[in-house]
Amino acid sequence: MSDETVTVRLPSGIAGSPDNPLKDVERTIPADEPPPLPPNADLTVIGKPTPRLDGRAKVTGQARYTSDVSLPGMLYGRLVRSPHAHARVRSIDITAAQKYPGVRAVHVVEYLRGGAVLRDKSKEVPSAYPMVRYAGQPIAAVAAATPDAADEAARLVKIDYELLPFVVDLDEAMKPGAPLVFPGPADQAASAGGGGGAADVPQTGNVRGPARTTKGSDVEAALKAADVSVDMTFRTQVQTHSALETHGVVADWKDGQLTVYASTQGTHTVQDELATVFDLKKSQVRVITEFMGGGFGAKFGAGNFGVLAAHLSKKAGTPVRLMLDRKDEHLGVGNRPSSVQRLRIGANKDGTLTAIHLESHGTAGTGVGAGTSGPAKNMYVAPNLLTEEYDVFTNAGPAAAFRAPGHPQGCFALEQAIDALAEKLGMDAMALRDKIDESAARREERRIAAKELWTSRRQKPGSDPGPIKVGVGMAQSVWYRFADLDATCEVRISRDGAVEIYSAVQDIGTGIRTALAQVVAEELGLRAQDVAVRIGDTIYPTGTASGGSKTTGSISPAARNAAYGAKRQLFEQVATALGSPAKNLVAKDGKVFPKDEPSRAIAFRAACAKLRTEQIVTRASRSDEYGGAEKAVGRSRTGIGGYGGVQVAEVSVDTETGIVKVKRVLAVHDCGRPLNPLGITSQIHGGIIQGISYALYEDRVLDRRTGRMLNANLEQYKIAGAREVPPIDVRLIEEYRGRSSTDAGGIGEPATIPTCAAIANALYNATGVRLLELPMTPARVLAALHQKGTR
Amino acid sequence: MKPLTWTNAQSIGEVVAQLSPDVVAKAGGVDLMDLLKEQLVEPQRLVNLRTVRGLDGIIDARDGVRIGPLVTLARLAADPTIRRRHAALADAAGSAATPQIRNMATVGGNLLQRPRCWYFRAAEMVCRKKGGGQCLAHDGENAYHAVFDNQRCAAPHPSSTACALLALGARLAITSPAGAREVPLEAFFTTPEVDVRRENALAANELVTEIRLPVPAPGTTSAYGKLGEKESSDWPIVEVAVLLEREGATCKRASIVLGAVAPTPHRARAAEKILEGRAIDEETARRAAHAALEGATPLAQNAYKLPLLEVLVRRTILAAGSTT
Repeated sequence: MSDETVTVRLPSGIAGSPDNPLKDVERTIPADEPPPLPPNADLTVIGKPTPRLDGRAKVTGQARYTSDVSLPGMLYGRLVRSPHAHARVRSIDITAAQKYPGVRAVHVVEYLRGGAVLRDKSKEVPSAYPMVRYAGQPIAAVAAATPDAADEAARLVKIDYELLPFVVDLDEAMKPGAPLVFPGPADQAASAGGGGGAADVPQTGNVRGPARTTKGSDVEAALKAADVSVDMTFRTQVQTHSALETHGVVADWKDGQLTVYASTQGTHTVQDELATVFDLKKSQVRVITEFMGGGFGAKFGAGNFGVLAAHLSKKAGTPVRLMLDRKDEHLGVGNRPSSVQRLRIGANKDGTLTAIHLESHGTAGTGVGAGTSGPAKNMYVAPNLLTEEYDVFTNAGPAAAFRAPGHPQGCFALEQAIDALAEKLGMDAMALRDKIDESAARREERRIAAKELWTSRRQKPGSDPGPIKVGVGMAQSVWYRFADLDATCEVRISRDGAVEIYSAVQDIGTGIRTALAQVVAEELGLRAQDVAVRIGDTIYPTGTASGGSKTTGSISPAARNAAYGAKRQLFEQVATALGSPAKNLVAKDGKVFPKDEPSRAIAFRAACAKLRTEQIVTRASRSDEYGGAEKAVGRSRTGIGGYGGVQVAEVSVDTETGIVKVKRVLAVHDCGRPLNPLGITSQIHGGIIQGISYALYEDRVLDRRTGRMLNANLEQYKIAGAREVPPIDVRLIEEYRGRSSTDAGGIGEPATIPTCAAIANALYNATGVRLLELPMTPARVLAALHQKGTR
Repeated sequence: MKPLTWTNAQSIGEVVAQLSPDVVAKAGGVDLMDLLKEQLVEPQRLVNLRTVRGLDGIIDARDGVRIGPLVTLARLAADPTIRRRHAALADAAGSAATPQIRNMATVGGNLLQRPRCWYFRAAEMVCRKKGGGQCLAHDGENAYHAVFDNQRCAAPHPSSTACALLALGARLAITSPAGAREVPLEAFFTTPEVDVRRENALAANELVTEIRLPVPAPGTTSAYGKLGEKESSDWPIVEVAVLLEREGATCKRASIVLGAVAPTPHRARAAEKILEGRAIDEETARRAAHAALEGATPLAQNAYKLPLLEVLVRRTILAAGSTT
């Protein structure tokens, strides 16, 4: 990257917005950055709905996912898990397992990954093996010639447990005298993917906290002095990630080189972890993720299973496949923590907020990271703010980052409280938000949402006659603008006209493969399908991990920079042949020509044929945020401003049965410059469906007497299916900020945050009853209706 | 899953000659595969019924419809005769599980499937149904459990087609090495009080070879309804099959069978009595629905099932009453 800078003008504002129309913003940027991109209306490939390039491979079964990888001599691995929620392992006898026909290796877990660790190890009686703190904790793994042999052998691993008292219920765990999950304070370092938390937070019993944020002065006094206030307590459940493809790897240890095919959100994060664990150089560890069957935040690291698979492969001297089964997946690789949130908000008569106080408890099982304060801190303007967050340890699988950690829970509380406040103030719910929300994008989104589905359908709560009542509700999300500067792409142009882009970045299913092709194609005047995209392999230049909705915002500028560099090289090499200075050449519509003389155009391929070398190779990284970032830690950036959206749900409630059906959802979202509206829309669909599922169905059920999960399957752990998916209407706004060479951002997380709150607000609008607890099952809805009826 | 062997059987005789506690029959395999994976059954051999001819017919005979046990739920739901004459059965079959499962699952297997109680299904938990000393649902997580006859075991019977078949007065043809017998479905199910380890009277060496439905009397209609948290791929919270035999406006005979609420499909006799001799209208249906709750003993977390059941019974009686 150049140290020289230039000052350029970039588009800024929202396309088509009456309140915040497009204008130019001046930024000083590195001199070798590509020239500013005009708004999408003036582009050919970027911003145009583009079918995913790998769609055909996926629907025909050609795409090779980790679970499809089959190597010569490959063994099948199986985990051995603890059936006990809290125990000390006295001894492990693997002889019978080793003797079972077909078994080639057995490995016992030496160090447990995931969850918190005791601050002061001397508080616990030393144990030769990791302490068991949840039912389902991995103890060992076996590798055998067939899956069935591995299953049988896993059962033959003899473990002698000393059983200890346990607690799996949040309320029980908070009581004095409750069984202790950790015999002293425990910490979990905050990770890039979310989860974990600050160290040295106080802990009493199982209750760790508070982690505090304050703004302004005395919140208590401000609440007392408020003209209008609300004081509500909300509860949300534990949700498991339940990605279609379970966690897993195929590990192949050969000649001191470890190759791992992984279902991961971060090829490099897995590489880093395995290199550390096995004391290898990064050059000795290769991680490959060609296609990925979904990840929602729990697939960043190597995991206990990945480390075990590598050990097994090393011992057996042959590749080992260790894909978790559905039960393993529910029990031990992460979840969204539960929450109990007391939220108090004060406002003046005109709606302006005076104070917000959030006190939140939640359990991340044996992990840390149950905070929910994101929305309360970031959504609305309140001069006084106090958030106090507690983690409550329980003997349950540790949480992991889950699509907008803390936000759906926080939004369920905040957006219902704001609705309740609007009602008390006698204000329209959207009008109140216009008053207290400074975001230009959200204002525009509310304007569109109100026009499309609000004004026409919103009625007085509970005004439908008859048992089936219909209502509409809205909620909004705000998410961060994260970017990773360690995001690099390589673009190659060959003499035959072939164009390729390489990066280790993985496509977790959201479509970065297609977006990268679009960016390169736009720069070179080609079509997306003309660009071959080679990603998901650590032998390529460093990508970025896919978490925090940062993939597109991080890697697409690197792709454009690399394509721009390659184009300049191409122009320099063919300038003489075209009889025009390189700086005057343009690439457009599959042709290369001097800017002012399109009649002298030659085909892109013909131009490439004039290359002096067989191939042009250009590598480029993402530059720092144009105009600076809000926060910089190492190579990670939190940009200025965030992304978000407004969703309106229409629901019907059968007041005789308590059954809630979502009739439709309107979603108006922003994500900077949309690169592929088709992919973005698809991701918003996914976010909303997952939000509906969280709102109405999903719930991890633990047996309080044994500590075991009772619904560790996809039958009784209920996930929205085809019949639960309503018509979803997506509107994207184009918001330009002039922050990178593509100015693009992410959508994965903001898309799922507001859905549960919008449904809850719609349910209130339908019935006049507030559901303060998730999921909103018939049992809970009936109880709430009954309570209102008898009040 | 323990290693096992597989036999393709050619005839009913060949099947029943092999059946034993260690050799079990496989039809669609939907429940059996779960049971094998959960290690709730560990047979040495499976006998494949799908190679036996004549077990998958739907025959419209003079004395009624005869359904082969291997008829899939999807076929049952789509069959014109069943739809016309036995609407409750078509709807029960057609709304169970998912389209994929309905394409594999057989009606015989559906009748004989084991309960879905999560304590029963967890291999490491030994409840009364598996020889343990107590019903773990009693003091456990019981939101989806039985609200009737749940004192010994609270696992609700999982078969939707059983509710419909019972309401329709089905009889089962059963073959064993000793010969054939016919059993009214009413007498087929086993309550936990009789034997908590089983849900029906089929012996280890017996095979259901046919399901026989009587020709409905003139003026007979039926309907099936269910309520669940989800519509896709979910078990009902409550379900009901209603048969009404009417003369003019008057209900001569009613059969109301509740599902998902008791260890066996549960006849709501008090409700049936209220309908008999009366015209089916909103008020009668309401009274009958209320009577259907008689004798309920809900557990700590499942009392909400009762209002749902009441609404569903009322709506389904009216649905059966409004069809001709």
